[in-house]
Amino acid sequence: MPAIATQGLTRVFGPVTALSQLTVEMPTGVVGLVGANGAGKSTLIKILLGLLPPTSGSATILGMNSLTDGLKIREIVGYMPESECLPPDVSATEFIVHMARMSGLPTSVARERTADTLRHVGLYEERYRPIGGYSTGMRQRVKLAQALVHDPKLVLLDEPTNGLDPAGRDDMLELIRRVSADFNISVVVTSHLLGELERISDHIVSIEGGVLQHSTSTAAATDFSGVVLVEVTDRGPEAVDRLQAMGATVTTGAQPNSFAVAINDERVLDDVRGVVVDLEVGLIRMQHGRHHLSEMFATQQEALHG
Amino acid sequence: MAENSAVPDAAPAAAQSHGVIHDIGFRHYDGERLGRGWIVRSLLVETFRGVFGLGRPAKAKIMPWVLVGILFAPPLIFALIAVLLGLDELPLSYTAYPQALSLIVSLFVASRAPYCVSRDLRHGVMPLYLSRPMRRNDYVFAKFAGLALALFAILAAAETLLFVGALLAKLAVGAQITGYLQGLAVSVLYALVLTSIGLVIAAATPRRGLGVAAIITVLAVVAGVAAVASELLIYNGNETLGNYVGALDPYGLVDGIAVLWFGVDSAFGREVTLGFTGGVAFTAAVIVVVAGGIGLLMRRYRKVGVA
Repeated sequence: MPAIATQGLTRVFGPVTALSQLTVEMPTGVVGLVGANGAGKSTLIKILLGLLPPTSGSATILGMNSLTDGLKIREIVGYMPESECLPPDVSATEFIVHMARMSGLPTSVARERTADTLRHVGLYEERYRPIGGYSTGMRQRVKLAQALVHDPKLVLLDEPTNGLDPAGRDDMLELIRRVSADFNISVVVTSHLLGELERISDHIVSIEGGVLQHSTSTAAATDFSGVVLVEVTDRGPEAVDRLQAMGATVTTGAQPNSFAVAINDERVLDDVRGVVVDLEVGLIRMQHGRHHLSEMFATQQEALHG
Repeated sequence: MAENSAVPDAAPAAAQSHGVIHDIGFRHYDGERLGRGWIVRSLLVETFRGVFGLGRPAKAKIMPWVLVGILFAPPLIFALIAVLLGLDELPLSYTAYPQALSLIVSLFVASRAPYCVSRDLRHGVMPLYLSRPMRRNDYVFAKFAGLALALFAILAAAETLLFVGALLAKLAVGAQITGYLQGLAVSVLYALVLTSIGLVIAAATPRRGLGVAAIITVLAVVAGVAAVASELLIYNGNETLGNYVGALDPYGLVDGIAVLWFGVDSAFGREVTLGFTGGVAFTAAVIVVVAGGIGLLMRRYRKVGVA
């Protein structure tokens, strides 16, 4: 059973179409939801939580209908909003205990799980201080903790790396990977940066202007690309010329001594070896090339990174 | 709270940059998940505690407790006066007491109502509530009930102090019990009416300072205008209209109900001569204020966290 499935999901705000005929399945594990700001990611999340009714179409979360089972869904789903959402005048402990109770946990369980969860997200002594004095990194951890404290089956994380420095980003991404791998909680994580989602996601869904662009497993998208990457110590251009004379398809790059050769049949590999031996240069690397996720998005490059 | 002030500020930062996570494993929870009833109750309790600054830094406790202290001082003085002068009744009646200290009561509402709702609106906490197994109106109900209960608690406590003082001064017990019960009834009405007005204004002004100023201004201005207009009308012979205009002030309204239903003296020292019709009209007005306030709050929260 997929964690999330939508059928023809459409949401219109007056003249603006936030989501248009979105039909997609997201498996369990880490799903990266990528799209520019305003692409419809947050609208999708709100529909999934049952906070916003779709104009048409339907969504199923963990087998439950978002339109009719909102309360049940929100019992076992956690949500980390993109925006600032923490009151400054209480401590993280006080706040997370309160939020755990708001998810229906009895007080004693709420206290126990709060201590556990804050430790898991990496908040220690500072959890007794008012949140107002926290750094952005600590706030993001508190936001993640409130989404995890009630032991959900699925968490929806909206731009969790927003505003973090590179080290903070790495920590947060590692934490998200652990949520799925070690805590066994499915994750849907949004970002406008494909690069960081690529690192942790098992599956990537991209939407643009409310329309589904791609939905693919990360493994499939980064499969072997059918080229061999070659790097030699010297006389690269000559090697390229000779290979082309032999009928190989060669793509050169910025570096004169490295190039990619298309593997039309296995003989090409022998040709490369032969050329290198003939030219008496060293062979630094000969490697099967892999696709990068970003190739899939080449046409939207500007939208994604602009 | 087990605050460990011995740990220097650098320590948490260091722990954070390493992203250390003690690997004791994530424990899953298979136990009971309590429903909306529990959630509303918990939110109500949290709101009530928040009003008095419990579970908040010391700074948040100053304002409510200073006001509570001021509200509780006069009953002790009255009791002392009653003992020393050998009075046969309290210098101030139970039903008149909240009006006599209306400035303090209004300040309490003005400072606490924004504390209940503005915080969640201003700091974007609403999405966290809405993503939990509760409905929007549950939130509204819990906040309303939390503040109303807190307000009733301080008024009822003040009434109780008056009562205890009266008993210590050996005043006639029967009359005191009647007065005390009337005082509690009036406290319920004040709590409901003032909570309604306070929360509607607070929810419309997410900046807390503005909310405080707006509530105190509205309560003070309305009270002033109503008192003056009512006085003028009564002085010029239009007693009926004067009495109704006086009830535009929430304190005048509740006081009017006490006069018309319990037959006590008005806290404003004016004759309220509206009879049964007036009693019904005033009671209906209280219901409209409370129901209208809750309705406006529900409307206010319908769009929060969606668009």
